[in-house]
Amino acid sequence: MTLDPLLLSRLQFAWVIAWHILLPAFTVGLASYIALLEGLHFFTKQEIYFRIAGFWTRIFAVSFAMGVVSGIIMPFQFGTNWSRYADATANVLSPLLAYEGMMAFFLEATFLGVLLFGRGRVPRWMHLFAAMMVALGTLFSSFWILAANSWMQTPAGFAVVRGRFFPTDWAAIVFNPSAPYRLAHTVVGFYVTSGLVVLGVAAFLIRRRTHAAEGKAMLSTTLWLLLGLVPLQMVLGDMHGLNTRRYQPIKLAAIEARWTTMARAPLTLFAIPDETHQTNRAAIDVPLLGSLLLTHGPNGVVEGLEAAPRADRPPVAIVFFAFRIMVGAGVLMLVVVLWGNLLRRRGRVYESRLFLTACQFAAPLGFIAVIAGWTTTEVGRQPWTVYGLLRTAQSVSPSLTGPDVAATLAGYVLAYIVMFPAGILVMARIVRRGPVSQDADSPVQAGLPGEPILALGGRRGEAEGGS
Amino acid sequence: MSFALDLTFVWAAILALAVLFYVLLDGFDLGVGMLFGLAPDTPTRNLLMNAIAPVWDGNETWLVLGGIGLLAAFPLAFAIVIPAVQFPIALMLLALVFRGVAFEFRYRDRERKSFWDFGFCYGSLMATFAQGVVLGAYIQGFKVDGRRFAGTSLDCFTPFSMMTGAALVFGYGLLGACWLILKTEGEVQRQARRQARWCMVGVLGAIAIVSVWTPLADADIARRWFTWPNVAFFAPVPAVTAAIAVWQWRSLNDGSEAAPFLGTLGLFLMSYLGIAISLFPMVVPHRYDLWQAASSPSTQAFLLIGTVVLLPIILIYTAWSYWVFRGKVRGDLGYH
Repeated sequence: MTLDPLLLSRLQFAWVIAWHILLPAFTVGLASYIALLEGLHFFTKQEIYFRIAGFWTRIFAVSFAMGVVSGIIMPFQFGTNWSRYADATANVLSPLLAYEGMMAFFLEATFLGVLLFGRGRVPRWMHLFAAMMVALGTLFSSFWILAANSWMQTPAGFAVVRGRFFPTDWAAIVFNPSAPYRLAHTVVGFYVTSGLVVLGVAAFLIRRRTHAAEGKAMLSTTLWLLLGLVPLQMVLGDMHGLNTRRYQPIKLAAIEARWTTMARAPLTLFAIPDETHQTNRAAIDVPLLGSLLLTHGPNGVVEGLEAAPRADRPPVAIVFFAFRIMVGAGVLMLVVVLWGNLLRRRGRVYESRLFLTACQFAAPLGFIAVIAGWTTTEVGRQPWTVYGLLRTAQSVSPSLTGPDVAATLAGYVLAYIVMFPAGILVMARIVRRGPVSQDADSPVQAGLPGEPILALGGRRGEAEGGS
Repeated sequence: MSFALDLTFVWAAILALAVLFYVLLDGFDLGVGMLFGLAPDTPTRNLLMNAIAPVWDGNETWLVLGGIGLLAAFPLAFAIVIPAVQFPIALMLLALVFRGVAFEFRYRDRERKSFWDFGFCYGSLMATFAQGVVLGAYIQGFKVDGRRFAGTSLDCFTPFSMMTGAALVFGYGLLGACWLILKTEGEVQRQARRQARWCMVGVLGAIAIVSVWTPLADADIARRWFTWPNVAFFAPVPAVTAAIAVWQWRSLNDGSEAAPFLGTLGLFLMSYLGIAISLFPMVVPHRYDLWQAASSPSTQAFLLIGTVVLLPIILIYTAWSYWVFRGKVRGDLGYH
């Protein structure tokens, strides 16, 4: 078997981006939640919000550090493995990435330092301001990176000269046709993901009865937020789908495993797409529903995969199943959220052990949906890096050999199978300890870890006396 | 000179500034990371970590700006240079993973604390060495065919790049030790002074080796420095470097706290200037100059509009955060 540098480079990119995206999926929402808690504490002066904010800030610090180190890897991938893509697209895409760096990364990194270590060094309002800047940074970051990603899906505002893209209209590039939909769908998805984690942790704290008050406060706010966000996410998903139908019909055909173009199309709930025979096996179809959902009318025409030559089609099965996993996760989320709000109306939301257990199991649903949704849209973009214009096969660095990429891929695999479980373990430990008040256990909030204080015995009283 | 050509020069200056900021800022915290491995006990290690914990993340962000800045301003250079140094880049990125998460993990994951301590120290060391290899490979230049790198991924490992890798270890070690002189006191500070002296010997040795090696190996560089009238223009560079070195060596012994760090900044600045003089105006050495590799005028202009606003803002709040965390780490133990 020969090692194919293209395939290995794709695997490497998929590996590093799939792990990386889990972290913004969590921290984007969490940053806003922490800013909200800091604001609640600032204006109501209730200590409970302070403790909860501190608790989530500790978790945020761990996940953010993981997000930073796995994120720095990403832009360099364009150079190491995708240099021809970089050469072809840099004139258009690089400013979007650079703006992400300048507007978001510095803001997040610098103000996170103040948020974590500056509690006693800056006034209260400044600390709230730092929390807001971190949250704002995560949103700026989402905006620019999704603008760049969307341009790869629905390129606009450019001219091609000798195989390279040149900008002609920056507004059209940044606000390309899929950008607003993708941004809204992704950011709300990230908020929901964080919300479900908060819900699960809250349920855990309530069930365990230590820190139940904090757990109830978290559960209550989050259940309200999710009651708005989860249905909103479904509406946004539908709008994003309509946008995909208009600009990337072949991707949509793969999502639906629709081989032939037809009006009054059915919706295939389940099937095993057979790419060699271009048909679905074991299909469960609902008549007319395909046209109804995708075109919002029973007679709408849904384009099939046959409209594109085979070489221009994405792998159907992956896209088809990934989409169904995403939608399935979304439906489960809706069930949990509706159930919780129903229980709340009956005043039993904190007592129902079944519901609280369900919340704990629902905690990772957002991550599953994010990965599945990301797979749908990115695998659905194949075989192109810039949709319809630049092939993935023509994007890879020409100097790379199979063993080169195998070596770096092995390195990334090894690093992440150490780092991610360790990070999850570390965060689980913080959760188990619960929202204790910060001085007892708080390397982060105190600005300095407990140990140097212990080590310098005599100064300890002094240090605490100053708090 | 047309407007577009001017923008290329502006971008070269901005990128040079971003890389310089990266080297100086992440340089000192990578240096502290390496010295962390030499610390005698856990309390000292904790102290060293705290000397950089609030600022390392912002410092490392300059690396992203450097990488993306190269892509944005000189995409052709990015597309040729980065594949050529893909192994040291991957090594650096992996090393930065272990080093970066260690800040959070070592306090929370006590059973594996020594593992994360190890990761922090060796991650810092490997990342530094890898950056030095990239620098050395870059100075030597790459095999280029049209718009592509035409060599192999192992070409970048040469005796010269190994030497620059080791040199940067001493260089960042010096930055780190001088940062610690600034931020600590007592025995930790005395230890940092000793380490700074050792590192300084290494740095001065490396500067001497590079100054001899590169003109010998590369006729262009020799011509650049040693033909008239250049030799007159550039003679102050080694002279000023030597003066800084003498001043800094004395400051390491006379008890001053800020001077060693300032001296190191001076040494780095002069070395940086020396490399710039050797290579200018090539951005892919021996092959493409800044203007040939530049992005389109529209790209340069679009990005510049935001950069002239954002970069000063970034510098202001970065300076502000350093101000917030000013002073001795040890004296500030109670800052909660």
